[in-house]
This record gives sequence, C-alpha cells and structure tokens, in this order.
Amino acid sequence: MTKSYLSLELLDKSFERGGTRTEVLKQVSLTVDKGEFISIIGHSGCGKSTLLNIVGGLTQATTGVVLLDGKVVDEPGPDRAVVFQNHSLLPWLTVYENVRLAVDKVFSRTRNKQERHEWTMRNLELVQMAHAAEKHPSEVSGGMKQRVGIARALAMEPKVLLLDEPFGALDALTRAHLQDQVMQIHATLGNTVLMITHDVDEAVLLSDRIVMMTNGPSARVGEILDVPLARPRRRIELASDRTYLTCRESVLKFLYARHRFVEAAE
Amino acid sequence: MSVTNLKLKPQATPQTSAQVIALGQTASRGIDGRLSRFVTQTVTNLLPLLVTLTFFTLAWQLICSSPESSLPAPSRVLEESWELIAHPFYIGQGVDQGLFWHVFASLQRVALGYAMAAAVGVALGTLVGQSALAMRGLDPIFQVLRTVPPLAWLPLSLAAFQDGTPSAIFVIFITAIWPIIINTAVGIRNIPQDYQNVAKVLRLNGFEYFGKIMLPAAAPYIFTGLRIGIGLSWLAIVAAEMLIGGVGIGFFIWDAWNSSLISDIIVALIYVGIVGFLLDRLMALVGRAVTRGTANA
Repeated sequence: MTKSYLSLELLDKSFERGGTRTEVLKQVSLTVDKGEFISIIGHSGCGKSTLLNIVGGLTQATTGVVLLDGKVVDEPGPDRAVVFQNHSLLPWLTVYENVRLAVDKVFSRTRNKQERHEWTMRNLELVQMAHAAEKHPSEVSGGMKQRVGIARALAMEPKVLLLDEPFGALDALTRAHLQDQVMQIHATLGNTVLMITHDVDEAVLLSDRIVMMTNGPSARVGEILDVPLARPRRRIELASDRTYLTCRESVLKFLYARHRFVEAAE
Repeated sequence: MSVTNLKLKPQATPQTSAQVIALGQTASRGIDGRLSRFVTQTVTNLLPLLVTLTFFTLAWQLICSSPESSLPAPSRVLEESWELIAHPFYIGQGVDQGLFWHVFASLQRVALGYAMAAAVGVALGTLVGQSALAMRGLDPIFQVLRTVPPLAWLPLSLAAFQDGTPSAIFVIFITAIWPIIINTAVGIRNIPQDYQNVAKVLRLNGFEYFGKIMLPAAAPYIFTGLRIGIGLSWLAIVAAEMLIGGVGIGFFIWDAWNSSLISDIIVALIYVGIVGFLLDRLMALVGRAVTRGTANA
C-alpha cells in the first residue's frame, strides 16, 4: 500500500438524537495525492459537508481515521484551511484585516510584521482583491467576498484546501469567473484541494478525480471517476471535448439514473 | 425645548429628502438654493412638532387657567419659576442650587452606578452566554432578581452602606445590570456557527476569541442592553434621590413638592425628560459608532 498524502480510512459518522441513531456516513475511504484536485459530489443530504467537516476537524468521526501527511487529524487547524459556503468573513474587519488575522495567527513566530503584511497583500493580489483591501465585507459583492475567503484560506499555506460548495451562492457568470481563478491558483501553487459541490460541470472542469457519493442515510463512496483532461483547461474548448462529455455523462448517470434522489429519504 | 428639536433633525432628514430635491430644482441654484433647501428641510421637520407643542400648551393653558385649578397653567409656571428657568447655573447654599447642578449631581451618580453595571453586566453576560453550566446556575437567579423594582433595593442598600449616596449608586447598578447581562448573554449565544468555525480553523486562543470574535459579534446585542440600562438608570435615580435627599434632581422635585412649588416641579420634569432623552440618544449614537458594519455581513 503506497503512502498517500491525505487518506480517509473507513470513516463512519452517526448522530444520536432523542434515542434514535442516524447513520450519515458509512465506511468512507479515500486517498488523495499531493497536488490533486478532488471533487466530492452527491445529492443534498448525502453527508458530503459532514465528510468535509471531519477532514477539517470541525466534526469528529464516530469511527475511522483521517491521516494528513502521516499525522492523525483530530482537531481543526490551519493546515486544513476551509473556504466556507457563505464566505464567513468577519463583518467587523476589513477585507485586509480578515486575511491578516489568519496570517498573523499562522505565521506569528516565523515571519515579522512587514513580511506578514506583504504576504497578506500577495494573497489578496492572487484573488485580485488588493484594490478593495480597506473595504468591509458588506461593501463588496458576493463573488468578491468568496474571493477574500479563498485568499484567507490560501494565506494559511494549508496542506490541503477544503472548499465547501464555495460557489454555491453565486450567480452563474461570477461562478465561472471564480472557477477559472481557482484553476489558475491551483496551477500556480499546486495545492491539494478537496471540494464539495453539487454542480456536475464544476466537478468535471476542476477536478482530477470526482468522488460520487450515494444517497444518505448511510452514504458511502459510490464511484470514483478519473478526469483525464489535460491542464490548463479552458471551458469553451471543453464544451465540445469528447472526454469532457463522457465524464460529464457518467457523473450525470450516476446521480440521476442509479442514485436518483429519493424525496422520501429527506 | 430647542435642544430636543435639534436632536430630532438628523433622524428625520432622509424621509423628506426626495421631496426637497424636487422643490430645490424649481428654486434658484447655488448658495441661495442650498439655503432655501435647508430652510424648507428644517421647516418640514420641525413644523409638525411645533404644531403639536403649541396645541398641548394651549390646551394645558385652557384647562388650568381657572383660579381654583390645582395645577398651574404654563403662563403661571413661567411667572412663578422664572428665577429657576433663567438661572440654571446658580450656586447657593446646601440644596439651594441651580437646576443644572441638580441634574449634574444626579448624572454623576448614574455615571458611577451605570459604569459598574456595564462592566459587571458584560462580564456576567459573557459567562452565562458562554457556559451552559453557568447559564443553568445563574440565569434563574437573574430572572427572579430582575423583576424586583429598583426602589425595593433601596432600604436594603441603606442598611448595608449606612449612607445615601452609595445606596443610590447601588440602586442604579442593580437596576441597569439585568438588561445588560441578559442581552449580552443572548448576543454571545447567537454568535453564528460560521464565526466559531473560523476561530477553530485559525486556532484562536480564548483571549483572542473573546476580543476578535465574541465581543464584536455580540456588540449589537450588548449595546441594546446598554441602551435599555441607561434608560432604567435614569428612571431609578429620580425615585431614589427623592428618598435619600441631598443635591440631585430627584430630591429637588420632592423638596419642591414639600414646599408646594408645583411650577418648579414642572420645570424639573422637563429637565428630567430632556436629559433622559439625551442619554438615550447618546447611547444609541455610541452604539452605532462602535458596531458599525457588524450587523450586516
């Protein structure tokens, strides 16, 4: 067995409420190599956010273990920076201060003030938000907020970047723009990324592999699809690309033919 | 009165702005136009208030103008209490002071009691909001104690402190503290999970979490509590001072009653109302300045 960078081993998660036990995840295993971009796709309620939270350390798995770079993950930490669905910027801090808070915390010992300032600005430039550094989150658009959220996560230099439906709340055009930016950043920095999504195109466009989850309760990894598309990928060229369309079709088939969302399950 | 009018203006301005622009276009431009716009704005804002004030004063005058009326009409108040109205900064012997000094003495007591209530209230509120154990242990006590009327504390505090002024300050403290505790606790408990997650991912320590997340996130709630608290303090001080005596607006009213100076009471009540209003505005202003941008993400 080769040693992988991030590995999820036989994760089970169940919640207990009022004496009834609900099994959310069952025997979820996954190995991720360094620099890989992995999407996790599934219908709502299949526990994909729970899975991400377990990797993030925000939720504890009932059984099973997450290993990152040879270490067990059992608490949250900046080596697994999360970009939350609703950006989660602190509204009382400016765009700059939001990123700086993370930079100050992570590099308090290793970098001096000037270096931390420069690193904050570098990351804001990376997501093209340096111009709005002094604005408050309420003064910028939803897409910009999400970009700041990404900058904050990137600034922590995480071993793995966790994206929880990062573009879910955005309009289609903004979403496409941000997807391109994330691809660009991934190409430049080579981060290991784990992204939750419910958007088939997004998954195929961005990922090296797509993890498809079966419906909950007791969701498990149904299938893992390789996306053998060369990078850099351009969405317009891909629109008629055979491989792209095949990948897209197999995800759609999995989601809508074999694991159709059952209303009664909700 | 003019003080209240001035204070009301900025609040009412936005509502009438659309109307004013339309008028401004037909009027001449430049400084002249701006001046006339300012005048129209002021008039539209203040006119309704002036009308109601005039109406109430006239009604009061009419009702109380008969010689056997038990309360003085406005004209008689002016006549009898002119000394009091004209010389608010008068300094005399003992409790014989201008109204400003009475109000000032009351405000000092309120400032002291309220400051302590704010400090202790926010601390206790944080504790109760943060810890479920503290919540279960303390909240029932708070819920019972907060229903005790402010003045009911006075005899007890007189017995404890053996002196009027600290007792009055304690009454302010005990009156103002409950809304501050309760609102702070609610604010702390309502910190969105998102912010807590951010704090966890960043591994903020307890101290950093308190300063960077907890206080700013709860600030709108805390200021709601502080604003209710200042209003209650002002209500309580007047009542408490009636009983403890000395310089202070509460005792001034009580003293005027004992000397059958009904007109003086009316003047003092107007002072009490305006000061209470200003205190409330002040807290609202401070709250808005401090919590700027916290309410909306």
